[in-house]
Amino acid sequence: MADSKGKPLLSEKEMESEITRMAREIISDGTENVALLGIITRGVPLADWIARKIESIQHKPVEVGSLDINLYRDDLSEVSEQPVVRPTEIPFAIDGKGIVLVDDVLYTGRTIRAAMDAIIDFGRPRFVKLAVVIDRGWRELPIQADYVGKKIKTTADQNVKVMVKPIDDRNEIWVKRQK
Amino acid sequence: MRLSTRHILSINDLTKKDVLTILQTASSFKEISERPIKKVPTLRGRTVINCFFEDSTRTRLSFELAEKRLSADSSNIGKSGSAMAGKGETLLDTVRNIEAMRPDILVIRHSVAGAPAQAAEATNAHVINAGDGMHEHPTQALLDLMTINEAKGRIKGLKVGIVGDILHSRVARSDMLLFRKMGMELFVGGPPTLIPFGVEEAFGVTVCHDIGEVLPKLDVLMLLRVQRERQGEQFFPSGREYARYFGITDEKLKGAREDLIIMHPGPVNRGIELSAAVADGPRSVILDQVTCGVAVRMAVLYLLLGDTHGGE
Repeated sequence: MADSKGKPLLSEKEMESEITRMAREIISDGTENVALLGIITRGVPLADWIARKIESIQHKPVEVGSLDINLYRDDLSEVSEQPVVRPTEIPFAIDGKGIVLVDDVLYTGRTIRAAMDAIIDFGRPRFVKLAVVIDRGWRELPIQADYVGKKIKTTADQNVKVMVKPIDDRNEIWVKRQK
Repeated sequence: MRLSTRHILSINDLTKKDVLTILQTASSFKEISERPIKKVPTLRGRTVINCFFEDSTRTRLSFELAEKRLSADSSNIGKSGSAMAGKGETLLDTVRNIEAMRPDILVIRHSVAGAPAQAAEATNAHVINAGDGMHEHPTQALLDLMTINEAKGRIKGLKVGIVGDILHSRVARSDMLLFRKMGMELFVGGPPTLIPFGVEEAFGVTVCHDIGEVLPKLDVLMLLRVQRERQGEQFFPSGREYARYFGITDEKLKGAREDLIIMHPGPVNRGIELSAAVADGPRSVILDQVTCGVAVRMAVLYLLLGDTHGGE
């Protein structure tokens, strides 16, 4: 379980091995006509990471895009400020394609709900699956991940912080008590 | 992310940071208009009323599409058929009546300068000035700035020429305020009768009646519409003479920089402000301005509604 003192939940090396395992699982389910879609912000470098792994294992690249879900959030009428909207970049047609959504942490499931709505606005995918590095529980919607790096038990006052290059200066995952 | 102002009545309402926030948001929104399904659910359930008490095609369509693409509910009231024009209701009474129906945003165009500001006093909704008399047209200036930024990749230090009817043009007024705010250098030209007295001191621009003198160093050349409906032709002898001295042709552009861009807020009087060859030529970003217009209006609607609790 979480260590709030000196030790990360996952080191870079441990992240690497989880990412590798997830890449293998995605490959064994088939990567023909399948693309990865990272959720902005940290889902994007994680999708790139998984894609690099997939390519190095099967020697064939997979397509990667990025998805901003802020326009689809269900709490826009509750937040006091509008979230920053970044451009969605999907360099492939969604129609008929298998989509693997990639995000850092699966928590309430609301982000994934928003992401699914966003994807549907681009077309009709063959399927949508979900890959997350950390599943921390506490779901508020009936959503589960297909590929999970690590599943952990958390309390509501904990914060799961996924650090990933190049957004952060290192690859590490921490669980900390919120101040 | 939010703006420092509740209403956008003038460029003066916006800080430099507001302007950059609007540009950044607009460039993200631009992609939505390129999708097969051009709609996101962001402003679902929000009500926007477009009050165009003066004719408009482009601006009104641009606002309407921006509202629809963000899923806001929008309604229009216009000049003809409104109680205001025909039955003697005052602007304030009209606004109070609209207010009673609980709109979230009013987009107002009016032939009287200051009308949107007056309306803003009478409503809890956010007000966006879509052009008021000879005063301002802030969203046009913002879309002009976005177009320039996309074409040039930068803003600060650019040299911009504005040629035409500076006197009557609310676009010129908003452009001058915005471009100066963002650190651009401005030159204005046109018939002396159409250059307002004191414009150099008031706006920090340089007047040059022959724009040819500064043309070689310009990055952007903006041409303003000869507003025949506003002024008749008492300010210059004829359209032909205007075209001869102030109209832009390929011939006159010979000394210009390779990467000079040509802008025009529309509608274009071909053969008067600029020749057809220039309007359709490789330097022209006139249609990019129109595309940016929808994105900028989406950004402004989105950012104003971020302030959901009635402001400070």
